Amino acid sequence: MQRYSLFSLARNALSDHQNWQQAWRSPPLRDTYDVLVIGAGGHGLATAYYLAKNHGITNVAVLEKGWLGGGNVARNTVTIRSNYLRDESIPFFVKSVSLFEGLTKELNYNLMYSRRSMVDVVQTWGRLRELKRRMLNMDIHGSTYEQLDVEELRRRIPALTGGGPESRLPILGGMVHPDAAVCRHDAVAWGYARGADARGVELHQKTEVKALLRNVDGSIAGVETNRGTVRAGKVAVAVSGHTTSLTETVGLRLPLKSFNLAAFVSEPVKPLIDVIVNCPDIGVYLSQSDKGELVIGGAPDPGQSFRRDIKQNVFENAVSAMLELFPAFRRLKLMRQWGGALEIAHDGSPIVSRTDIPGLFVSAGWWGGFKAIPAGGYTLAHLVANNQPHKLIEAFSLDRFRHLDFVLESGTTTAR
Amino acid sequence: MLHIPCPFCGPRDESEFAHGGPARQQRPDDLSPLDDAAWVDHLTVPPNPVGPVREKWWHVRGCGQWVTIERDTLTHDILEETGE
Ligand SMILES: Cc1cc2nc3c(=O)[nH]c(=O)nc-3n(C[C@H](O)[C@H](O)[C@H](O)COP(=O)(O)OP(=O)(O)OC[C@H]3O[C@@H](n4cnc5c(N)ncnc54)[C@H](O)[C@@H]3O)c2cc1C
Ligand SMILES: [Zn+2]
Repeated sequence: MQRYSLFSLARNALSDHQNWQQAWRSPPLRDTYDVLVIGAGGHGLATAYYLAKNHGITNVAVLEKGWLGGGNVARNTVTIRSNYLRDESIPFFVKSVSLFEGLTKELNYNLMYSRRSMVDVVQTWGRLRELKRRMLNMDIHGSTYEQLDVEELRRRIPALTGGGPESRLPILGGMVHPDAAVCRHDAVAWGYARGADARGVELHQKTEVKALLRNVDGSIAGVETNRGTVRAGKVAVAVSGHTTSLTETVGLRLPLKSFNLAAFVSEPVKPLIDVIVNCPDIGVYLSQSDKGELVIGGAPDPGQSFRRDIKQNVFENAVSAMLELFPAFRRLKLMRQWGGALEIAHDGSPIVSRTDIPGLFVSAGWWGGFKAIPAGGYTLAHLVANNQPHKLIEAFSLDRFRHLDFVLESGTTTAR
Repeated sequence: MLHIPCPFCGPRDESEFAHGGPARQQRPDDLSPLDDAAWVDHLTVPPNPVGPVREKWWHVRGCGQWVTIERDTLTHDILEETGE
């Protein structure tokens, strides 16, 4: 792998940048591998990378129906945080945030990782109780939450001029999560892809898996794709939002529902907000990108959906919620909007698990799953390599549904 | 915005409704003949098709009725009004 550095930049400048190596190869598709990973999103690529790096498993192909990093990994609002509720969840997300912090160096790829607190604007007593409950548990597991009074909240976010005592929902206070960060989403996909490729993993774009295949003994045999049959003794499904369509081809029913979540950005403006602002009681959150655009997200479209656009009334609800608290944003021009199909499990926690089909693994139920990419890939690779769950994901197996032992999580969604 | 057919009020804007989730099978009156797997499936596994799904909406800012419709999860087309 050609390393990126100031030196390589200078050297390539001398040849007009004509001699940079391709970031990854495009080899021909073979008919057998040791492991197939379905989906070249953040989770699939991270899994392939850690399979090669941590477990020395390199006879691996990642199969992607579209282009690499074109799914939700390219469509999210890049909030990285660990303010979850449950003893099972917090250590997993703390691990993910800490992996993120060292990732630019490890991957030799600039993720433009930028630590900036997340501040919750609290407007109901029920919300305050719920967040304080999270704070107590986060204290135990090494994540941080602190309470802010209204004055301190407004000092940290000068643009927050709404929500006064006369308003519909006066602001009661805030919570700050100092560990939160943002980074460049594409770079996460490309960095893991390049690192996996350099260790021998093959990345196959425009390769759609149509069905999973089983052996006569019931174990996984491989997959049927638009480019033919590919065989492997182990198959990991990481197709965010589309899991049930694939697993149902082998009769595996999973407790997942798919929904559309969307976001939009404003025109770029001067530095205005240097934290991630989350307003869970009215259902909107925002941060400012390095380019100066406000990146704004709202609540999901309530009905199940596989769409990648934004519904007009969902968009209007998010805008009107934002204007209640940030009336000055009335003058901002909005530039682009988009959405993605995400899925959420019955109890709101992720699924990283073996299945009843030997050799078939699933990583699913990633609602706010961008932050989870490093730990999700790390632990799924461990599971695929050893056929035993890493301790960080023991609680996220499918067995919890079998025993009706849910890991009910309230920290999964930011807005509402 | 969806236009949801209410059997009482006719087609109304989605903003008048609250979403009630996918229509589930009736909870069996007698659970004893169910094995564990069937019971877990009933409780936790919703339909999640790319295509038509039966779902409930509550006309809460209208007449107050519950409505069941069949809506396509990819196109948002409402295919059939099944009433309630
Ligand atoms: C608007 C929005 C805002 C979000 N904001 C945040 C946030 O602030 N913080 C956060 O942590 N998370 C956020 N998320 C969630 C996050 O983006 C996802 O949870 C995460 O990206 C999912 O994992 P992934 O990257 O592996 O998914 P993806 O990038 O979607 O990867 C899955 C891949 O599988 C491919 N695929 C699907 N079916 C097949 C098939 N049959 N054969 C082959 N390939 C297939 C897809 O093309 C896709 O490339 C947001 C999501 C959206 C939509
Ligand atoms: Zn009505």
